[in-house]
Amino acid sequence: MSATDQGQPGQHPLDDQTSRRAFLKGVAAGSAAFMALGCVPGAASAAGGELRLRWQEFFKKNYRLMTEEERRETVARLERLAAVDEGLQVSIGCEPPLPRVLFGYAFNITRCEGFMECVTACIKENNLDRRSHTQYIRIFEMEPGHLDPSAGDGRFFHEVPVENKFYMGTQCFHCENAPCTKACPTRATWKEPDGIVVVDYDWCIGCRYCQAACPYFGRRFNWAKPEVPQQEVTAQQHYLGNRLRPKGKMEKCTFCIQRTRKGRLPACVEACPTGARVFGNLLDPDSEIRYVLTHKKVFRLKEELGTEPKFWYFID
Amino acid sequence: MGTGSKKNLTTFIVDVVRCNLRGGLAYGLFCLALLACMGLGIYAYSFQARFGLAVTGMNDIVSWGFYISNFTFLVGVAAAAVMLILPAYVFHDANFHRVVIIGEGVAVGALVMCLTFIAVDLGGPLQAWHLIPGIGIFNFPSSILAWDVLVLNGYLLLNGLVPAYILYCHYRGREAKEKFYRPFVFLSIFWAFSIHMVTAFLYQGLPARPFWNNPLLGPRFLASAFAAGPAVITLILAVIDNFTRYAIDRSVFNRLRLIIVVSALINLIMLFSEIFKEFYFPTHHSSSAVYLFFGMDGHDALVPWIWTSIGLNLLATFVLALNPGKNNPRVLLPACAVLFVAIWMEKGIGLIVPGFLPSPLGEVVDYLPSWVELSVTLGIFALGVTVISWLIRAALIIEEQYHR
Repeated sequence: MSATDQGQPGQHPLDDQTSRRAFLKGVAAGSAAFMALGCVPGAASAAGGELRLRWQEFFKKNYRLMTEEERRETVARLERLAAVDEGLQVSIGCEPPLPRVLFGYAFNITRCEGFMECVTACIKENNLDRRSHTQYIRIFEMEPGHLDPSAGDGRFFHEVPVENKFYMGTQCFHCENAPCTKACPTRATWKEPDGIVVVDYDWCIGCRYCQAACPYFGRRFNWAKPEVPQQEVTAQQHYLGNRLRPKGKMEKCTFCIQRTRKGRLPACVEACPTGARVFGNLLDPDSEIRYVLTHKKVFRLKEELGTEPKFWYFID
Repeated sequence: MGTGSKKNLTTFIVDVVRCNLRGGLAYGLFCLALLACMGLGIYAYSFQARFGLAVTGMNDIVSWGFYISNFTFLVGVAAAAVMLILPAYVFHDANFHRVVIIGEGVAVGALVMCLTFIAVDLGGPLQAWHLIPGIGIFNFPSSILAWDVLVLNGYLLLNGLVPAYILYCHYRGREAKEKFYRPFVFLSIFWAFSIHMVTAFLYQGLPARPFWNNPLLGPRFLASAFAAGPAVITLILAVIDNFTRYAIDRSVFNRLRLIIVVSALINLIMLFSEIFKEFYFPTHHSSSAVYLFFGMDGHDALVPWIWTSIGLNLLATFVLALNPGKNNPRVLLPACAVLFVAIWMEKGIGLIVPGFLPSPLGEVVDYLPSWVELSVTLGIFALGVTVISWLIRAALIIEEQYHR
């Protein structure tokens, strides 16, 4: 186990990995009798310990109902299970929202040239499934005369930028009045106090009603177990963010909650080579996002639905 | 059945099971075929359990498919039991009183299928307990899906317990006290409307999907359900009338035909109204209907499907309405079957899939169910038929003994 895991609250001495290795060796040697009799204390207790972890994970509460203690415990369990199941050393955070912060996003359609650096950075940062090519961000190549991505081409594959075309990016818009959170039958998805709409992957039952309710195609479902090459996994994770999702769960853009709650920028904003992406605290009058909202001509998609997205487009 | 002098709840259940295990060769083969279908369904589901919903034809654009389509349609079949209860209890029709129990059996079977379809559609079926209030979180009243879980299970209880009480009394040779169960019968009448309206609201309440976000959806659900449900009940009654000694009065068939005709006509009027709205002045909210009826961007998988459905629907409705064979069952029964299939096509796939197309970002894909979905669906239908035939068999045997 990694050093960071040592001394985590809720960690049981039985959960130590050396004894788990002994257990695996025991199985490899075909000593089923040992297991049946339970006469190798290390082996039996490691198996029991791992089973106990999975048991506790299965019966844990919705993230919002957990005490801070319980949150630390589940995070420790998840880190250990990631090591056991995938051989990964990850660090899963559960940072709460920062006080007096409401995140907002603005997208400069004059500047974006369709390079898709944001898409690549997002896939990498958020451990998105490589096999199904899951993307939180979509970039649409637009003809002049339209301002709705549904009129554009979301599957273009050629050199960019193209003369007389412009580009619009979409992702989850983190609506203030989000139809998806209202639809969820188990409250597995909700809006955090800092405005980020999140999913508790372990509480989601995979009914996909939120996906039907989203007017912006902001949600993605794990139709199979997501596949990420081991060396490409982003290890700095958040419980509500980029940790590896189980199959059959809903996921979506979280404004890179694992970064932004520590004061960093989302991966897409950092990766954008043209500076088309602006992110910041809407409650801070000196922030860049507030400057854009005050001084630029901004608009949002499907305003008529009253969803109040916290994602604005603007023209220089 | 029930030869012993002591008849209690245990012997009731044992006798019900026993009477369903007995039967002739034909019945044995029938049960075997159903069992084989369920086995195939379980085998197919094992793939889904192992590899996830990726083995279905669904994707992020068409995120509900064949399972939810069948679920939606069967809610209507379940609700249609009310069309037997209503004449029996409100208009005190004695002939209908004899068949109410059959309608309730159909409702229970349809609900079992509905709930199974929901269960197999879940990405995390092992987490379904998160829905149970107390140990889970039930997002009530905000989520319409939570409402749906409530009304479907409530309707299952009502349609299971009331007949069970009556049959249990009759099994013990006593008369069932109508003042005990009558309030629940009337509750179930209102409840039948609620299960269908709530299921319609599930779709109707989504502004993201203009094809569904339409106030006509709920009423049209009811109209099509009260056509398709009684149509399948007519077929079941005809089977019972022909193959058992439990005679069913002709007046029941005649009145059911009227119910079907009125509902089917109302359904067609509403369909016409919807088509008019979508195509007289097409807006970008009409694109789902354009996809459904004419295809879009080279994708037209549903075009033959919906036109077949509408053709069959018109044909069956006119045959049932004009009654060319003068109540000849050889004309009316096939017409009922055709109407049932037509509404299944339209209110299943024809309603759910185009709701997702084009996607909110304007993308169109064609949805085709995979072999896993088809096999699981076949298995669930076999389960439903088994439940319905077991319940009706037991009910008829008990009723026959009681009246003798």
